[in-house]
Amino acid sequence: MSWNWDVAKDFLPELGKGLLITLEATALGSVLAFALGLVWAMAFRSPTRFVRWPVAAVVEFIRNTPLLVQLFFFYYVLPTWDIKFSALTTGVIALGLHYSTYTAEVYRAGIDGVPKGQWEAATALSLSRGRTWIAVILPQAIRRVVPALGNYVIAMLKDSPMLALIGVVDMLQKARAEGASSFQYIEPYTMVGIAFIVIAYPASLLMRALERRLGH
Amino acid sequence: MATETDHTNPAVDGSELIRFDQVTKRFGSNTVLDNLDFSVSSGKHVTLIGPSGSGKTTILRLLMTLIKPDEGTIKVDGDYLTHEDRAGKLVPAGEKHTREVRKKIGMVFQQFNLFPNMRVLRNITEAPVNVLGLSKDEAETRARELLDLVGLGDKCDAYPTQLSGGQQQRVAIARALAMRPQVMLLDEVTSALDPELVAGVLDVLRDIAHTTDITMLCVTHEMNFARDISDDVLMFDSGRVIESGPPEKIFTEPEHERTREFLSAVL
Repeated sequence: MSWNWDVAKDFLPELGKGLLITLEATALGSVLAFALGLVWAMAFRSPTRFVRWPVAAVVEFIRNTPLLVQLFFFYYVLPTWDIKFSALTTGVIALGLHYSTYTAEVYRAGIDGVPKGQWEAATALSLSRGRTWIAVILPQAIRRVVPALGNYVIAMLKDSPMLALIGVVDMLQKARAEGASSFQYIEPYTMVGIAFIVIAYPASLLMRALERRLGH
Repeated sequence: MATETDHTNPAVDGSELIRFDQVTKRFGSNTVLDNLDFSVSSGKHVTLIGPSGSGKTTILRLLMTLIKPDEGTIKVDGDYLTHEDRAGKLVPAGEKHTREVRKKIGMVFQQFNLFPNMRVLRNITEAPVNVLGLSKDEAETRARELLDLVGLGDKCDAYPTQLSGGQQQRVAIARALAMRPQVMLLDEVTSALDPELVAGVLDVLRDIAHTTDITMLCVTHEMNFARDISDDVLMFDSGRVIESGPPEKIFTEPEHERTREFLSAVL
């Protein structure tokens, strides 16, 4: 079997369309993971254990079960409860929820890194709990953890092909379709691999540079 | 729009502003305060002295509600700080009640604890705007006045990390004053400073002590400063007040052996 440039050229537009879906799933998944992770991290700090414990249990459960199982669960089980989303939306929810359990730990480390004196100063000024979080703690915590969050975006990008298994037409799905119709496998799959490395490698270099700049 | 809401401090009539009643505080098996009773009258400047570990800072931290007493009650301006009076029964106070009472108290920390993500001006206006409900303009006008008072009128737009320790501490003093507290708690405010920066901070505090009627509760190792601003000096040892009196008396003719030992070690 040898490389056929014509096949590669024919596949290129399809790859582009798949790439957009891959990036869309990663971007939306990241937004969800960042937002939910923050909610978990703040719940870990709740003064009431009736908030802390259930959240910790749920987060551990999600983190310690495979993403693929969660993906299938959402795709096949939720519709039987009359909760219906498109394949892409389902994929984004699974991806975002799964990775929120990792970003939660990242935020937690950032929050723990804010000196105790900052909380005490906020108390001494009678700032409300909400205001303390928004104006004092989170701006300091998030700054420190931007590179670590970025690394999870890259991890999500690389996990996004799992969405092909529930029928999301991302790059991998495009390659499978190409293989099924033309029996050409080497070009599409190679190109998908290259597309991933072309995005992921510079992104991880960027995160490393960011880490150095923020002094880690 | 409210005009200049000059929330005047209650008349300095010597009424009781702070009262500790049988307060006990333990950390693990270590009893830091042991059935402590003491009170501070409105407008007074009181300095707590004593060896480290004797519970001085714990008193300030209890007043600021950074820690809770294990036993006993604390009253500020007639209101319980960590308790609420519900139909004659004393119950642990809710967050809201505590926050209301706490508004009367300001604190300056050893490590300054300015918010590094905010410029100097916003460090000072953040609480007046969000807690007292001042307009942004009003809060900023006041913040600039306070910065002038502490000699940092030109540092509004600086970030805390761009300032020296002494400057940061003066901003922290301005930040505490911006809440117009009735009581200022000063927790070893010069201990973290390089020696040449101490005088500037103490000058500012002296100025405030002599020109305002804010009650001050001060933990310090600067005995000259204590002598200069204090109406009363309380000598602590092992979680108890073993001696108290005006500074002339404590510093020149202390009665208690422990006080003599302590003073000869630090003076």
